[in-house]
Amino acid sequence: MASVSQTQAANTPNPARWLVVVVPYLWLLLFFAAPFLIIFKISLSDTAIAMPPYTPVFPGFGAIRDYISELDFENYLFLTEDPLYIKAYLSSLRIAVISTFLLLLIGYPMALAMARAPSSLRPTLVMLVILPFWTSFLIRVYAWIGILKPDGLLTLLLQTTGLLDPNEQIQIFRTDIAVFIGIVYSYLPFMVLPLYSALEKMDNTLLEAGSDLGCPPWKAFWKITFPLSLPGVIAGSMICFIPITGEFVIPDLLGGADTLMIGKTLWTEFFGNRDWPLASAVAVVLLIMLVVPIAIFQNQQKKVV
Amino acid sequence: MKSSRFDATVLTLCFAFLYIPIIILIVYSFNASKLVTVWGGFSLQWYRTMWSNEGLMDAAWVTARVGVLSATLGTALGTLAALSLVRFQKFPGRMLFSGMIYAPLVMPEVITGLSMLLLFVALNIDRGFWTVIIAHTTFTMCYVAIVVQSRLMTFDRSLEEAALDLGCPPVKTFFKITLPLILPAVIAGWMLAFTLSLDDLVIASFNTGPGATTLPIKIYSQVRLGVTPEINAICTILIGFVTIGVIATSIGTKRAELNRIRDEHVALRGTT
Repeated sequence: MASVSQTQAANTPNPARWLVVVVPYLWLLLFFAAPFLIIFKISLSDTAIAMPPYTPVFPGFGAIRDYISELDFENYLFLTEDPLYIKAYLSSLRIAVISTFLLLLIGYPMALAMARAPSSLRPTLVMLVILPFWTSFLIRVYAWIGILKPDGLLTLLLQTTGLLDPNEQIQIFRTDIAVFIGIVYSYLPFMVLPLYSALEKMDNTLLEAGSDLGCPPWKAFWKITFPLSLPGVIAGSMICFIPITGEFVIPDLLGGADTLMIGKTLWTEFFGNRDWPLASAVAVVLLIMLVVPIAIFQNQQKKVV
Repeated sequence: MKSSRFDATVLTLCFAFLYIPIIILIVYSFNASKLVTVWGGFSLQWYRTMWSNEGLMDAAWVTARVGVLSATLGTALGTLAALSLVRFQKFPGRMLFSGMIYAPLVMPEVITGLSMLLLFVALNIDRGFWTVIIAHTTFTMCYVAIVVQSRLMTFDRSLEEAALDLGCPPVKTFFKITLPLILPAVIAGWMLAFTLSLDDLVIASFNTGPGATTLPIKIYSQVRLGVTPEINAICTILIGFVTIGVIATSIGTKRAELNRIRDEHVALRGTT
């Protein structure tokens, strides 16, 4: 009898048990969800030279109507009027799409090679992919500055091997090419790991069956391997594409003055121009752009779970 | 197989791409010359200048404290969140909850950083040490939740049920049975949370205040002025620190896993 009542106790909602849910739930509501409402609100305010640099601050009950009448979409209008912002959004999307494609192009063969490696080697290979991810993002981007600088190691290497005239220097640093190198380098583990976990689970007998029936290897790849790895392709692409769109550190350190990315624009509006409402509007528009990819990512994660 | 040579080439090239920049960075931290392209002999002088750079050392100390506190808080909250996701299949707002766990993983940092800052301003909280900790806790707890969740899904619930059946109160069951079994994942989650906090530049920049300059903020402001071997030195120390930590945890979790399997075997033999 005791065991029955105990099991029931575990299944019936016990107020104390709900603390397990309530504590992290409230934390995320307060520190993750609520800020999005605030950012939206601030994006409708005007800039003021004060601390905090926007008006109106928080309203009293009586002032609510005045307060609402002061909110408007001025900042959003400004975003459409100045071509700089539209260019920055489009350029971010372009850079994110191209980098995600490059990541797939490099990450897929790598993940496939890992999945086909002897099973005794695989944990070490996975460890080797994860390890650079643990070292600081900033440090890894910084490492490329020394390599790509005009008087850096790449120039030196090309000069000593005779591929480049000793008087010439390689002009990659502070261009979009450097940004692509930095992004591919930093995000490669994020692309490889989901691809690897999809490919590793694959049933090899399917490929054997294909080859027994006379299917050439490249055709077997497109007919069997690739379609089966599609969840990994989508997960990896989303995990890379979404943060790359809002990337700040890489375009700032490796890109040039003409490398437009919205993360950099937002940073400048906030820290440089101290225009918090405009920075908020930039963030809200970016968020709206990313809603669909984020929804795809969430959906994918739920299927994996 | 024909493809094995191709695979080996691919792996060699990709790992070279991943590791050569880091290796170059480490090697040049021991360079006697200040120039990146000139090797002036082995020297530890940059480690000495780094050590006597008070601003850098202060930032390192702030970062260490922020890392430990936010990783610990984030691990506690993340473990609870993982339990909620796995053990509570139905509760109001579960969709929103799981959405709030997954979204921070991919959310561009500039958005998370800015929105959290605006919350602190709206609540009239002065920015500084504690706001950075809250910000870091919020995004690291989601990573911890994912790591612990994957362990909980392969968890044998009959062990817990046995304890409950024998009259062990739920809270005690958690600490005596559940927690020891998921401990490797919880430790891995803590490590991940700690390194993420150690790493973060963007979110910390938005939410920091006077006297709470973290190491990435300091490194970033120096990097903008140019590459100096002193930065290479501090980066090398950070890399060494994290590498040792990661290898130690992975050996530790592997050993714990082996012990667990052995104990289970012993237990099974005991029952039959």
